[in-house]
Amino acid sequence: MADNEFLGNVGGRTLSKPPTPGDIFFDKSFRFLTRAFTWATIFLLAFIVYKIGGKALPAFPDLGIKFLFTSVWNSSENVYGILPQIWGTIYSSFLALILGGFFGITIAIFITQDFLPYKVEFALKNIIELLAAIPSVVYGLWGIYVLVPLIRPLANFLHEYLGWIPFFSTRLSGLGLLPAVLVLSIMILPTVAAISQDAFKAIPHKTKEAAFGMGTTRWEAILRVMLPTASGGIFGALVLGFGRALGETMALAMLVGSMSTLTLSFFAPADTIAALLANTFPEANVGLETGALMYAACVLLLITLIVNIAGAVIVTKATPGGDRR
Amino acid sequence: MEALKEVDANEAYENDLPADVALDCRAHQIFYSDFLAVRDSHVPIKRNQITGFIGPSGCGKSTVLKSINRMNDLIRGFRFVGDVHFHGINIYDKNIDPVSVRRNIGMVFQQPNPFSMSIFDNVAFGLRLNRYKGNMHEKVEKALRSAALWKEVKDKLKNNGLSLSGGQQQRLCIARAIATEPRVLLMDEPCSALDPIATRQIEELMVELKKQFTVAIVTHNMQQAVRVADQTAFFAVDISKGGRTGYLVEMGPTKEVFENPQEELTKEYLHGEFS
Repeated sequence: MADNEFLGNVGGRTLSKPPTPGDIFFDKSFRFLTRAFTWATIFLLAFIVYKIGGKALPAFPDLGIKFLFTSVWNSSENVYGILPQIWGTIYSSFLALILGGFFGITIAIFITQDFLPYKVEFALKNIIELLAAIPSVVYGLWGIYVLVPLIRPLANFLHEYLGWIPFFSTRLSGLGLLPAVLVLSIMILPTVAAISQDAFKAIPHKTKEAAFGMGTTRWEAILRVMLPTASGGIFGALVLGFGRALGETMALAMLVGSMSTLTLSFFAPADTIAALLANTFPEANVGLETGALMYAACVLLLITLIVNIAGAVIVTKATPGGDRR
Repeated sequence: MEALKEVDANEAYENDLPADVALDCRAHQIFYSDFLAVRDSHVPIKRNQITGFIGPSGCGKSTVLKSINRMNDLIRGFRFVGDVHFHGINIYDKNIDPVSVRRNIGMVFQQPNPFSMSIFDNVAFGLRLNRYKGNMHEKVEKALRSAALWKEVKDKLKNNGLSLSGGQQQRLCIARAIATEPRVLLMDEPCSALDPIATRQIEELMVELKKQFTVAIVTHNMQQAVRVADQTAFFAVDISKGGRTGYLVEMGPTKEVFENPQEELTKEYLHGEFS
């Protein structure tokens, strides 16, 4: 305060004034609030993990580690295992990532690399982001009534003629992995496209200039310079998309077929952890089955946490000198 | 009208170049959309010499330089009226691919712009682009040696090019540009983002490079032109017709331009009466 008074005395000769007590109060409370909310978020995450873990813990002695490696979910005999769901979760997300990732990155290149007039670019970017605004349940319905009838003839054709390939080893009788994966890939596409676009936009113009200065064609500039330069950000986009796909629930619960089967076939019904939770909890027994569901929820949480943390670590390592941009 | 007459005179110019001219840039008019950026600038670039482009801001010296390897084609609305004669062809001919022009005429930019990849890959970039099949490592080392960077980076070729200091990055960009042994090297204010020590290193490097390459350099710094350039082209801005059009005022051996300028405008500029 003494400093402020001293500076206040200078006032006669200058328009500068020290901050008022009001300014200082506002500054302090604002900083306090931002800090408090940040900690609250971290606390919330810890609280969720703690509570779900707490509910799952009583089931652990009964279910044990074999819960993760067995395939039967039978509430009348109180036997529970989620191997097919773990497999289904990772397999469906991985397939969706290949599809959605490919299209997402392609779209990001198309939008950011001066292929389009600015206005079309802007419109396209927003339309793709609108895909993210479609509710999951609408995707589910669309999948059941539009997508499944649409892809069934092709799927069954592939099965008939290329059935020896494990991926086509069953018929698509309705619900199954393929419609689920297609919908899932559409759902993660906006995420991948938007974050990849940011990665491309973050590349300074001089880098592109350097590429053309070396005598690259447009495609060489994109493939040899722009893509590698943006690779850290693109990888982050893929990880986030994968994380989103792992946890996606409603559309999958509606489309995946909910069968505890371990399969490579794109056309077989399958199951994911999230779909299992959504489809099972309304009729779950209060006892062991609820515990089993909580256990499954913990497993899903763990998978997504590992994916996201690994992603964050790799992204920071994959962009050397990225901070110099 | 006078400008038009000059265009006609230039049309009559013979096709074959004097033996000591590596590249002959005759920019009658350069437009950005309907803005006339440069007019009447005939700049012959002499073989194994350094040609310096000097002049006040907005005089079109960078525009002319970037026209030489068709970098300006990337700018929407750019139009070049004139020709650039290089090895028996006019690089603005309709059937000439700008990409192949840029592979033969290398460029170093104002801001160091190495790619976000290893030092080795930066230098090997052009070699791979041109599908060079020989000993890659040998060529990379040679380019880095020519760019006076080899000693500093020989133990960390796998490090990212962006991890180097500004001056090192610029020398890396020079190595990248000369690895494919282009015939002409264009440098657009290559030292403007560097400190005096790094600038000095690049200047010494340029004098070395001219033994092997033909170099054209744009510089804001007249002392730099005096130190490195054999030939100097002085550009100025013409605001008489309402626009800001750059043009070549005079060109000649650096010593003559600086000590005995033919044009009043050059004299005034060199004496610091405007900039």
